[in-house]
Amino acid sequence: MSIVTVQLGQCGNQVGQELFDVICNDAHEGQRRLYNESSNERFFHETAHGDLVARAVLIDMEPKVINHSMAKAAKSGRWRYGEKSSFSQKQGSGNNWANGYCVHGPRHREAVEDLVRREVECCDRLAGIMTMMSVAGGTGSGVGTYVTQCLRDVYPNSFILNHLTWPYDTGEVIVQNYNSVLTLSHLYQLSDAILVHENDTVHRICGQLLNIKHISFSDVNRVIAHQLGSILQPALTGDSHGVYSRNPLGELVSSLTCHPEYKLLSMCTIPQMASSSIAYSVFSWPGLLKHLRQMLISNTKMEEGIDWQVRAPPVHSGGTERTRSLRGPGFNTSLANLLILRGKDVYSAETGGFQDPALYTSWLSSEEAFNMWKSPVPFNKYEKSATLVSNSQALLKPLDNMVGKAWNMFASRAYIHQYTKFGISEEDFLDSFTSLEQVISSYTQLC
Amino acid sequence: MTQSIVVQVGQCGNQVGCRFWDLALREHASVNKKGVYDEALGSFFRNVDSRKSNGGACDIIGGRIQHLKARAVLVDMEEGVVNEILQGPLREVFDSTQLLTDVSGSGNNWAVGHMTYGSAYREQIVDRVRRAAEHCDCLQCFFLIHSMGGGTGSGLGTRVLSLLEEEFPEVCRLVTSVYPSAEDDVITSPYNSVLAMRELTEHADCVLPVENQSLVDIVNKIKQASRGGKPGSVIKRDSAVISGQGGLAGAEKPFDAMNNIVANLLLSITSSARFEGSLNMDLNEIAMNLVPFPRLHYLVPSLTPLYTLADVNIPTRRLDQMFSDAFSKDHQLIRADPKHSLYLACALMVRGNVQVSDLRRNIERLRPSLPFVSWNQEGWKTSLCSVPPVGHSHSLLALANNTCLKPTFMDLRGRFTRLYRKKAHLHHYLHVEGMDQSCFSEALTSLTSLIEEYNQLDATKARLTPDAPRLSIAT
Repeated sequence: MSIVTVQLGQCGNQVGQELFDVICNDAHEGQRRLYNESSNERFFHETAHGDLVARAVLIDMEPKVINHSMAKAAKSGRWRYGEKSSFSQKQGSGNNWANGYCVHGPRHREAVEDLVRREVECCDRLAGIMTMMSVAGGTGSGVGTYVTQCLRDVYPNSFILNHLTWPYDTGEVIVQNYNSVLTLSHLYQLSDAILVHENDTVHRICGQLLNIKHISFSDVNRVIAHQLGSILQPALTGDSHGVYSRNPLGELVSSLTCHPEYKLLSMCTIPQMASSSIAYSVFSWPGLLKHLRQMLISNTKMEEGIDWQVRAPPVHSGGTERTRSLRGPGFNTSLANLLILRGKDVYSAETGGFQDPALYTSWLSSEEAFNMWKSPVPFNKYEKSATLVSNSQALLKPLDNMVGKAWNMFASRAYIHQYTKFGISEEDFLDSFTSLEQVISSYTQLC
Repeated sequence: MTQSIVVQVGQCGNQVGCRFWDLALREHASVNKKGVYDEALGSFFRNVDSRKSNGGACDIIGGRIQHLKARAVLVDMEEGVVNEILQGPLREVFDSTQLLTDVSGSGNNWAVGHMTYGSAYREQIVDRVRRAAEHCDCLQCFFLIHSMGGGTGSGLGTRVLSLLEEEFPEVCRLVTSVYPSAEDDVITSPYNSVLAMRELTEHADCVLPVENQSLVDIVNKIKQASRGGKPGSVIKRDSAVISGQGGLAGAEKPFDAMNNIVANLLLSITSSARFEGSLNMDLNEIAMNLVPFPRLHYLVPSLTPLYTLADVNIPTRRLDQMFSDAFSKDHQLIRADPKHSLYLACALMVRGNVQVSDLRRNIERLRPSLPFVSWNQEGWKTSLCSVPPVGHSHSLLALANNTCLKPTFMDLRGRFTRLYRKKAHLHHYLHVEGMDQSCFSEALTSLTSLIEEYNQLDATKARLTPDAPRLSIAT
């Protein structure tokens, strides 16, 4: 089954291009016919000449980034974007969510729906739609939200996964917190799952783990693409009965977002290291899994500076009440976790540590809360790699910060006139704040 | 890609404009080696085949460059400056349908420029602008260049501004205003400036105030550095921000050096919209991010580096120096000290071979020393454009919405009231039809309330404003 990717705005288009690049390169490695075929079918369609064309729609309100991404893809020689798969206008959204959502979105609704429909029709079976965008700007966030809404209407039975890139805390766009709050509050009603990458975290991975001296956005995007690829490439799941799963998005969503109030997913992938070091490193599943588990419970997003003091309390027969109170501060409670293991000897990996009920909330059994996918095929040159996708409190603090800063700015009504002039009123802002405070409250009380 | 139209009014406006077009041609020539009319070039120029009988626009992107015509409207109430441009090497770039001139000038009188000429030439101005706009596929921004101290630039220029708002309300209006220094030789410049300021506050989307004295200081600094003679401190030829080397115009005229700085400012602002980069910034994003309240749209510009030293290796330390310099008061294009006043918002537009990590590192380094308003502690808007300006490997333009303009405006108001109290020269203005004393008092009120808004924001600087209490959710 195939996934149609909708790339929105500068970030969405730049990251999307890196994602297809990673996937295409991974699927061309070595003698792994079934894996490669499955991956190709999922992300590309083959033309009569044998070219691989990405199942993607590129949307932006100004043309430079799309042109750049399409040229870069074509230059790879291995895959390209469809010539007619992009939509751009002349003038961007000006970092204004209201401009994206109220003006550009509706104006170009038909053209965008048309492009998506064409891609969907090229698929034998649709596994779902993945949108890729940032929340800080105007097009990705505003137009992206509107497009998600339209797609939800047109494909009510399909899975929609929103991949979001959150901006640097120290600011890329001054009104980024407003744009983020408006985006998240709207998407929460529309999306099946919201998978988040934070620029700050990925930047640290580039600097500390990959040892890149002058980090550019391409480096950041490539790390995001690697992590996303490790989730989306074919894998054997609990429900797929010995073949590569044909319903990746559905299984992702049903394992992780079982409750409409809890949709925020974070992820970490290990190992991550400079490609020159990979050949000299040896990995063991016990080592990787131990680190990954500690990263989960101490809420460390990369494999460095892990806080080993945070521990899961032992579960006594006294039941869940005692467990809850024994969890120390800094303990990251999960609602659900999905572990994806790829590489050599994957069947021998011992994952009991993730099934410890102490990690999870009391209202799901650990059998329901924990799921695992496996693939014996190594991913993207790593002999062994493990990815954990979590629905946990990991994003609580960044979300809280974002809402707090937006609220402070809102209290002085700064920049509000820029939004009201396009149709987003103070009422709309208040509604958005309220729904996100509700989400924050729900996650805070997760125990 | 969008297009922008430059409207240059008055002697100063036209002289700066002339330098702008020269440097724009130079920049595009250095980037566009194949002579193809591309979208970046299209943002400021039309491609015209003058052999065609209809005066023939052939704006096909990707075609060869035949004849470039600037997307500009030149307005002046006396002919000298415009005629000089039309006789100089840039004459091919303009055609007669873009010009509007008169003979006698405005006599340094805002009222004559605004009321008399404004009404007399209203139709013609709108016509010229509309014609330029029709050649545009997607018009995004008007750049108005003028001075505040004289009569035409100040008076007619602001009249043009309100006409642009009326006729093209959707199009952004970015105004570059040259403010008079304290020792200005036009006695009535305070009147002209304050009267014009009211118009700017009400009708412009963004104003970039520039002051003659700062430009002079920068020019002197560069000349001193080039005479300096320290070994290893030789300035690379034609890399100074004041240099017009490589452009079309011949020998350097007085004021050219200063005008080149302003021209470079305009080129840098539009660079991210014209050329590609890893983090683009369009012109409409400037107003969106830097204008938190509609009237506070005055942005202090600063350009670095002023010149590049001739040695080729630029270690990271030099890059960091560029960021530090952008906040020093010597590099601001108006006399002001932003570091000691309150920042409402700041934009950093970087050009050239600079990566996001360099940008992040410098923001983190400089942030603690810069006071930001409480509700915008991380008030940075950043952009990275891969194409550096001519002669440099990288450059930085910082635009700050900062309360350091308050003393500048207070000073202006002081000079105004000194004249107004004595009613000096007032009769020249009141004689003009359409003008009366209320114009003066309203302009003064407008300036005072603007100063008051800055004052209120400044007052929050000392106080530690607590975070607003969050909404509480019933559980």
